[in-house]
Amino acid sequence: MSELMPVILSLTILIGGVAGAAILTWFERRLLGVWQDRYGPNRLGPFGIGQVAADMIKLLFKDDWVPPFADRLVFIFAPTAIVVAMMMGFAVVPFAPGMMIIDVNIGLLFFLGMTSLAVYSVLLGGLASNNKYALLGGLRSAAQMVSYEVFMGLSLIGVVMMSGSFSLVDIVEAQTDVWFCFSQILGLIVFIIAGIAESHRLPFDLPEAEHELTAGFHTEYGGMKFAMFMLGEYLGLMLISCMIVTLFFGGWHGPMLIGDWLPPFFWFSSKVFVVICFFVLLRAAIPRPRYDQLMSLGWKVMLPITLVNILVTGAVLLWMEGVA
Amino acid sequence: MLSELRTMWEVLKHTFTKAETVQYPEEMPYLAPRYRGRIVLTRDPDGEERCVACNLCAAVCPVDCIALQKDTREDGTWYPEFFRINFSRCIMCGMCEEACPTYAIQLTPDFEMCEYDRQNMVYEKEHLLIDGVGKYPDYNFYRVSGMKTASKDKGEAINEARPIDTKSLLP
Repeated sequence: MSELMPVILSLTILIGGVAGAAILTWFERRLLGVWQDRYGPNRLGPFGIGQVAADMIKLLFKDDWVPPFADRLVFIFAPTAIVVAMMMGFAVVPFAPGMMIIDVNIGLLFFLGMTSLAVYSVLLGGLASNNKYALLGGLRSAAQMVSYEVFMGLSLIGVVMMSGSFSLVDIVEAQTDVWFCFSQILGLIVFIIAGIAESHRLPFDLPEAEHELTAGFHTEYGGMKFAMFMLGEYLGLMLISCMIVTLFFGGWHGPMLIGDWLPPFFWFSSKVFVVICFFVLLRAAIPRPRYDQLMSLGWKVMLPITLVNILVTGAVLLWMEGVA
Repeated sequence: MLSELRTMWEVLKHTFTKAETVQYPEEMPYLAPRYRGRIVLTRDPDGEERCVACNLCAAVCPVDCIALQKDTREDGTWYPEFFRINFSRCIMCGMCEEACPTYAIQLTPDFEMCEYDRQNMVYEKEHLLIDGVGKYPDYNFYRVSGMKTASKDKGEAINEARPIDTKSLLP
């Protein structure tokens, strides 16, 4: 059974991830509708859930066209890269005790590495399209990802210092009593912002800013290849939400004072749900910054905050060690 | 930063506000009685066509979508031989209704007149003419106008003075 578990779980995550991303497209539109005083897609099926199937049928039957001026091989490879990378990222997410595909002692680094690989998708997609808008989108994403990657990693150093491990299971176990969202509040804020930038969602969707770059890096994409980009984006959203919950909100543990009287997976998934709703709220509320604002926010605000966070966390840990 | 947080709070408060959307086909929007929609030709209380084919509506129409031809009945009254409105051109401005001296042409609160074939947007008199009086239930042009018809002579119309006999010296 224990040897079969990872296989079953991988298949579940594969199917669940794709289905979850598909449902998320509908859920996000409905939620945006709620916050913008309208309904969103509500015509097909109960609550408009049939919109998911309608969208999928439409995308599947679209002409799978590669522009003659594009770099054919790279053009086709680019959308798969983001889906594969994001799917791989799910391998280390601890959904519940024992309910994870692989518990490696460098789980956190693995996650960071996989999200970094996703940059290639946007970058190569923009480059291979041989289109000015796409190239500008790819260019922007390259600069954005590279700079936000820096303190996305650094913001997690505080968590690693406090739990003393890169293994995500150890990190969750270290939050049994107190979640890291209190002691690592600066790290949490920076990680959320960097996470949005990393999954290039609104308000940091500058690589595909439709008002400036038509559709940015995926201007030339259509049909299933476009759907792969979207799938990757929503998978990234879910992955970032899972990681925020794992690293800062106690993973599968129930809320403090209330306790663990419900199944661990329930706590995990409901927390992930809340974080996803928060991301949609950000999309509904916050306008997109200008590109230089994005960069100066990253380097002049976020980086110093993370460095201060690391310094203070380290100092406090050493002081407590000295006291004990 | 504070302004962003405030924005998020303000948006979050909209969770509990009702959607503004009107679910159109199921939920009809309220249209005022004076709404300018589909054009009809009305009849007077006696059931005769009100239109006297004066052509004022066709003249005032800014998109020239109205076409008609005058004809005369045996009793001397006028009526349109044909009356045609091309609704694919009509902009529902209501100027024809304002110009009409007999309240014959009226706009109604109905806008659902889509067609698959463009030719079907051209309405003839049989499509335009309704069996009612529209917004002015008591008005009959030939009863108040000084025009002589088979049923009434000069001076017999409502509120009309007797015609002055210019050949007589009597007061």
